[in-house]
Parts: sequence; structure tokens; C-alpha cells
Amino acid sequence: MEFFLTSLLNGLSYGLLLFMLSSGLTLIFSMMGVLNFAHASFYMLGAYFAYQISSAIGFWPALVIAPLVLGLAGALLERYGLRTVHKSGHVAELLFTVGVALLVEEIVPLIWGRMAVKYAIPRELDFTLFSLFSTSFPAYRGFMLLVSVGMMVLLYVVLTRSRIGLIIQAALTHPEMVGALGHNVPRVFMLVFGVGTALAGLAGVIGGNAFVTEPSMAAAVGSIVFVIAVVGGLGSLEGAFIASLVLGIIQTFSVALDYSLSDLFAGSEVALLHDEALRSLFSIRISQMAPMIPYLVMVLMLIFRPQGLMGKRE
Amino acid sequence: MMNNTDAMSLTLGESKVRSRRWLVWVAAIAVPLLLPLVFRSGYALSMMCQMGIAVIFALSYNMLLGQSGLLSFGHAVYYGLGGYASIHALNAIGAGKLDFPVTLLPLIGGVTGLFFGIVFGYASTKRAGTVFAMISLGIGELMAAGSTVLPGFGGEAGISANRVTGKGLFGITYGPPVQVYYLIALWLVVSAILMYALTQTPLGRMANAVRDNPERAQFVGYNPQRVRFITLVLSAFFAGVAGGLTAINYEIVTQEYLTAHTSVTPLLMTFIGGAGYFFGPVLGAILVTFLQVVLGAYTKAWPLYMGVVFISTVLFAPQGLAGIVMQHRQVWSAGLMRRLVPAYAKVFVPACALLLGTICLVESTYHLTTEAQAGTQMSLFRIPLDVATPAPWIGAAALIAIGLYFFRRSCAAAALSWEGITAELQRRKSP
Repeated sequence: MEFFLTSLLNGLSYGLLLFMLSSGLTLIFSMMGVLNFAHASFYMLGAYFAYQISSAIGFWPALVIAPLVLGLAGALLERYGLRTVHKSGHVAELLFTVGVALLVEEIVPLIWGRMAVKYAIPRELDFTLFSLFSTSFPAYRGFMLLVSVGMMVLLYVVLTRSRIGLIIQAALTHPEMVGALGHNVPRVFMLVFGVGTALAGLAGVIGGNAFVTEPSMAAAVGSIVFVIAVVGGLGSLEGAFIASLVLGIIQTFSVALDYSLSDLFAGSEVALLHDEALRSLFSIRISQMAPMIPYLVMVLMLIFRPQGLMGKRE
Repeated sequence: MMNNTDAMSLTLGESKVRSRRWLVWVAAIAVPLLLPLVFRSGYALSMMCQMGIAVIFALSYNMLLGQSGLLSFGHAVYYGLGGYASIHALNAIGAGKLDFPVTLLPLIGGVTGLFFGIVFGYASTKRAGTVFAMISLGIGELMAAGSTVLPGFGGEAGISANRVTGKGLFGITYGPPVQVYYLIALWLVVSAILMYALTQTPLGRMANAVRDNPERAQFVGYNPQRVRFITLVLSAFFAGVAGGLTAINYEIVTQEYLTAHTSVTPLLMTFIGGAGYFFGPVLGAILVTFLQVVLGAYTKAWPLYMGVVFISTVLFAPQGLAGIVMQHRQVWSAGLMRRLVPAYAKVFVPACALLLGTICLVESTYHLTTEAQAGTQMSLFRIPLDVATPAPWIGAAALIAIGLYFFRRSCAAAALSWEGITAELQRRKSP
């Protein structure tokens, strides 16, 4: 029970962090049809910027400044990069973001070195929020939950209740009509791209110190975010939300589960286990399998439900 | 972006083109066979081995990207698994469990690639475009993650073998590197011819059709999904061959072969070389490998430079090197090259300044962050620099600023003279 509750809480906070990343990715994709490969790079830059800013003027200003800077950078990237290659088609756009991701992955160690930087949790939040039986739940995890949920509610309200949100929603499905009504659709795209990268940056700010801030963090999280986008259904925010939580929880649980298939057969004499190769296959622990699980889920999803959880069938 | 090599048939007669194409192929076969007579050093030989393998890998990648419009981020799966299968087979030959000539070992890699192409291709070729890209990425990551836990991948250390094994044929033992080079060259020539022949078959043509307009292809009576599937399977075969050759060349296969990094490499090669042309990936693979080996010896920042080259290609020359070559070929055969030279010369000088400034900036930063323990002194192009003083930084910034300003101006001028030449070509075509 204790293990279950702590893992569930950890999984929730991780899942919500993933949603912060995948929501931006999904919004950008459904709007422009561009899969932003550099999305996780903004997550990494968010963590590094926050580290730099917080070591100068503290964590709280960093929480605001870093996402804003990255949102601006994202908007500029859309305006002067993506829009230039747009005429060459979607593949060129995708490759452009791949190039940006490659560059960021090389520039970050160029500036901050190849080792992880000491981006610490702020002292104000470095205490135990509550204890479940004997496991303590750190306050920072609670803070992560709070920020993620707050961000999500804000995003939802803005998208469904505000004027600009309605324009964005309309531009998703009927860009020509929205343009004909006098709205500057390319600028709406720029705004969405900026908001998406700012969200990724914010995820980096609060995720960087909860996990590790290192040059490989973008690659580690990037492919998971893509899995979420596919499993949830490309372009579906609801799907991305469900997939983020499910994958976050599955990953957190699977890392902690120290069982293998051979434990299942322990005690019973199964003939199969006399084979050398099979025995080593059966003795792989679930925790060892953890990095594979999201991709397995994705491949299974693609075979049985290619449009994803909430995606529309083509 | 993906127009075919037909551009040259506009200026030359069809029969003349055919005879020239024939010459190109003779040269393409002769050059790799004659190269070791010119470059004899072990360094050159090992680089040429890498290039040969890279060319096969990039050509197989372009079967997807250029010919079928499938952007894959998981091509390393077939390359890596082909490599693993070959190294296991090599060990089995060494242990006497398997009787198989080493010369044909890449075939085992190819068949393994083919097999996994069938398995994964079934799931991934259902859709094209972005979805295919993501699925290939997912499968690539799945295998990369799987190789760290599943048995048979040798864990962190990988699996090593000895290629000098089995029955030698005519005294060929693959002990000396030059024999390995000739093995790679042989497989390169055979694979390249086969892959080129494939583009001329109905399947290759249908792959182009499915790339350009899947709906129309369907109306003609072909199933786009099946065309994509067969192309992927065949491409996976050649990727497996490349993997098998790598296994023989290095006598070791590690998890590195299955990582996303290995998947991105043929993408860079193909795109920089030019995905729209058959010989594009060949150019790209040779150039990228050359830069990798030569630059890699001088600077740790070479992936950064590679990234800059890649992103510049995407932004400014989406047709790649081959596209640039083919565009200029037209101008050359029309005898208008002389008009371009002054404009290019004007671009060249500021481009050099820009490049020099960027290199100075990158290298100084790298020295400061990654080699801090070596002191602040460094030398760039034999010029001693002290990164603690402002001089290199100001110099770099000035070079970049001035270079960028004049580069943009001269580029505009070059574009203008290029437009003039295209207009001239148009006029000649329709008098």
C-alpha cells in the first residue's frame, strides 16, 4: 500500500510534467502539421536557463524569466526558421527542427560542459510535505504537481473561454476562414509555437532540478514525449493528457518493480528454464525493462489502434 | 524537392546522356577498385572502408527518404541487427559450428535486416509522412533500449569476433586491411548497382509515384502500403549488408550501432548529399565520413559543425550537394559559368571570414568549458590564442559581424546573377 501510494504520487507528478511537454507538442502539431523535434531541446534549455538564472538571482525569478525567454526564442524560431522552410514542405520543416535539436544538443555542452550541473531544489521547498507510513513525500514534488495542474487549468481556460483561445481553436480546423475574418493566422501560429516552447521551458525549469540537468536530458525525454503524442492520438490534447498520466505512472511503477518472469515460475519445474538463452530472457527484471515499456506500448497501440487513444481515424 | 535526374536530358540529347551515364558507372566501379593503389596508408585505408560502408548505408536510407518519401529515424535497427547477426555468425564460424565463407557474411546481415524489415515494416508502413517518422523513431528507441537488457547483445561491452577465420578462399584471409577494403568495395559496387537497378524497375517507379501522390498511385491499381512495405524491406536488406560489413571491418558490434545517433547519421549524409538524386547519398556519405574522420581528429566540436552544415542545407540548399552540382552542370554545358565566377568570388571572401569567426568562437568556448584544466592557452590554425584575454572573443565577434554583413550583400548579388543566367537558359530553350 505504501509502495503503491508513493509510486502513484510520483507517477502523477512525472506524468503531469510529461503533459506539460506533450501539450505544447500536440498544439503545434495540430496547428501546423509540424512535429517539433526540438521540443525537448527547449525543455533542456529551460532547465539550463533556470540553473543559470537561479544561481544569479534565485529560483523564483527563474521560474518566470526562463519560460518567457524560451517562448520568445520559440516564436523567433518559428518566424525566421520554420516559416522560411515551410515552402519546401513538411519533411523540410521536420528536418529543420531535427537540425535545431542537433545544434542545441551540441551547444549546451559547449556552454555548460558535458557533466550534469548542480541545479538544486530551492531551499524554501526542500522539506518533507508529509510522510506516508515510512516514506516521505518531498514538498518539491507537491510543488511540481501544483504548477502542472495550474498550468493545465490555465491552458484549458484560455483555450476554451478566452477570445484568443477561440481564434486558436478555429485556426486549427479552418485557417482560411479565420484568415478571411481578418485574423493574422501566421501570427497565431507564431504565438502558439511560442506558448508551446514556453511550456516546454517551464517543464524544464521545474523538472531539471527534480531530475538531473545534463546534456542528454533532451534525448531522454524527447522520444517519450513523441510516444505520448502517438499513443494519445496525434493532435489530440485529451489523448495526450491521458497518455502522459498513464505512461508517467507505468514508468514510475516499472522502475520500482523488481520481479521477473522466472519469479513467476519459481518453485515449479518448468522445462523451458533449462535452456540457457531462455533462462536469461526470463530472468530480466521489470525494472530493467522499464526503458523499453513506453515504446512497447506505442508499437502495440499502433498495431491494434493506429489512430491512438483519442485520435481521429483517417 | 525530389525532382529526378532528368534535368540534364534537357540540354543533352537522350543518346548522349546514356553514353555518359555508362561512363559514370564505369568510373564509379573503377575508382573504388583503384583507390588503394593511390592511398596506401593505413589511415587512408580505414577511412575508405568507413566511406564504403557509409555509402551503402546512406544509399539504402535514400531508398526510403528520396525514392519513397519516407523519413525514417530508425534505420539503425536494420544496420545494427544486421551487424549483430553477422558477428554472431562470425563467432560461430570461428567455433566451427557454421561453415560459411566470410566473403558472403554481409549476406547474413542483409537477410537479418530483411527479416526485421518484414517484422517492423508491417507495423510502420501503414502510414507515410509524420506518422511513419514517429513509428520508426519508436521502433529505433525500442531496439536501442532492448539491446541493453536482452540477451545476445553482449551488454555494455558488445560482442567481438575474429574475422580471420574459416576457410580462406584463394589465400584471402581478411587479415590485411586492404583485403577487407576490397571486400567492402566489392559489396559496395554490387549493392549500388542493385539499388540503382531497383529504381528502374516498376517497383522503384511506383515508389516514386506513392511518394508524390499516393491517391493517384492507388487509382492506377497499386496499394501504396504494399509499395512502401516492399521498399522498406529491401532497404532494410541493404542496411543489414552495411551492418555486416561493419562487423567484419571492426570485428566488434556494440549497442552504439542501434542508437538514435546511428539512425540520424544516414539522414545527415543523404540530406546533405541530396535526397533527390541517386548519387546524392554517395556524395553525402563520402563528405560526412571525411569530415567526421578528419575534423574529429582536430576538434571535439565536429558534431556542432556537422549540425551547422545540416541546418544550412535545410535552409538554403534543400536539394543538397547533388542538387547544386546538377544546377551548375546545366550552366556549365551552356558555357555560362564565366558569368557566375565573379559573383561567387565575392561571396567566397566574406563566407571565409564568417566561417573563421564561427570556428574561433566555438573553439574558444570549447577550450574554456571542456579543457579548462589545460590552461587558457590554445592554438587555432597554428596561431596562439589566450582565451582568458578578450582578444579572441572580440576578433571572432568582429569577423562574424563583418562577414555576415558582406555575406548577405554578396549573396543577394549572386542570386541576382543566377537569376540572369536562368533567364538566359530559358531564352535559349525557347527561341
